Amino acid sequence: MVATHDVTTRRSSAAEQKPDASSPESEQQSAARERDLAMLPVVDIFEDPHQITVQAEMPGVSKEGLNVHADRNNLVIEGRIGLDIPAGMSALYADLKTTQYRRSFVLSGELDAEHIAATLKDGLLTVRIPKRVEFRTRKIKVDVS
Amino acid sequence: MFEDLFSFGADGIFDEFRRLESQMDQLSRGSSWPAEIRSMQRGTFPPLNIGATPERVDVYVFAAGVDPKSLDLSIQQNLLSVAGSRKLEFNESANYYRRERFDGDFRRVISLPDDLDPERVEAKYRDGVLQISIQRRESARPRQITVN
Repeated sequence: MVATHDVTTRRSSAAEQKPDASSPESEQQSAARERDLAMLPVVDIFEDPHQITVQAEMPGVSKEGLNVHADRNNLVIEGRIGLDIPAGMSALYADLKTTQYRRSFVLSGELDAEHIAATLKDGLLTVRIPKRVEFRTRKIKVDVS
Repeated sequence: MFEDLFSFGADGIFDEFRRLESQMDQLSRGSSWPAEIRSMQRGTFPPLNIGATPERVDVYVFAAGVDPKSLDLSIQQNLLSVAGSRKLEFNESANYYRRERFDGDFRRVISLPDDLDPERVEAKYRDGVLQISIQRRESARPRQITVN
């Protein structure tokens, strides 16, 4: 019930980003509509000397419904809520009006997109983006003579 | 035609504007149902959805990263109260760029349909969602009437 899922991040290849020549335009449009309707998950973002950590709240998303991908410039987190909903249920009240989460961030050059690690636990996604070794902050000792 | 002109990549600034526009639109239109007396302002933690079938009513509470043991659920007549606490551990030495996550105690009170049986409630917590299922009273369920 409170299992931690280790989520492997995958790099999005150029082929995936290019629209498939065989797919009809309506598919692209519906994908665009889905993006517009998606909720922005709330996040905490913090940086320490070694990495930047993004914690995103995506309650209702399981490992199967989660998609985290990164390339040199962008980190995209997406998730689909999968709830146990009985057949024929109608809504009496709804704070959440969609089942999609989506948020993206622009990465900067000193971050190592190859080694992003992500974990999902109880609907909380934690993404750690390490800095390239040569960019890690080193304490500079100041000698006062 | 114009969409093609402005859509340079998935997250161009225009996409953000369009998203903002559609959200503003939603806000100004408001909700289609009348405001419930205990409803809270947008962005209140935790958000919840309520669904109903002829047999039961389910409340879905979207509370990621909460210890289910810390939750205090109570039901009195048709009033369901969900309280709890989520203390975030802040990394003091880190530099924070965004702190959007809710930190602290929360409580939400929800009025439910009158025909529920408070004796038959089940609750489970999975993937950050607390699902509370409350059965309707047998007598209140719709019954098929055969005509002779």
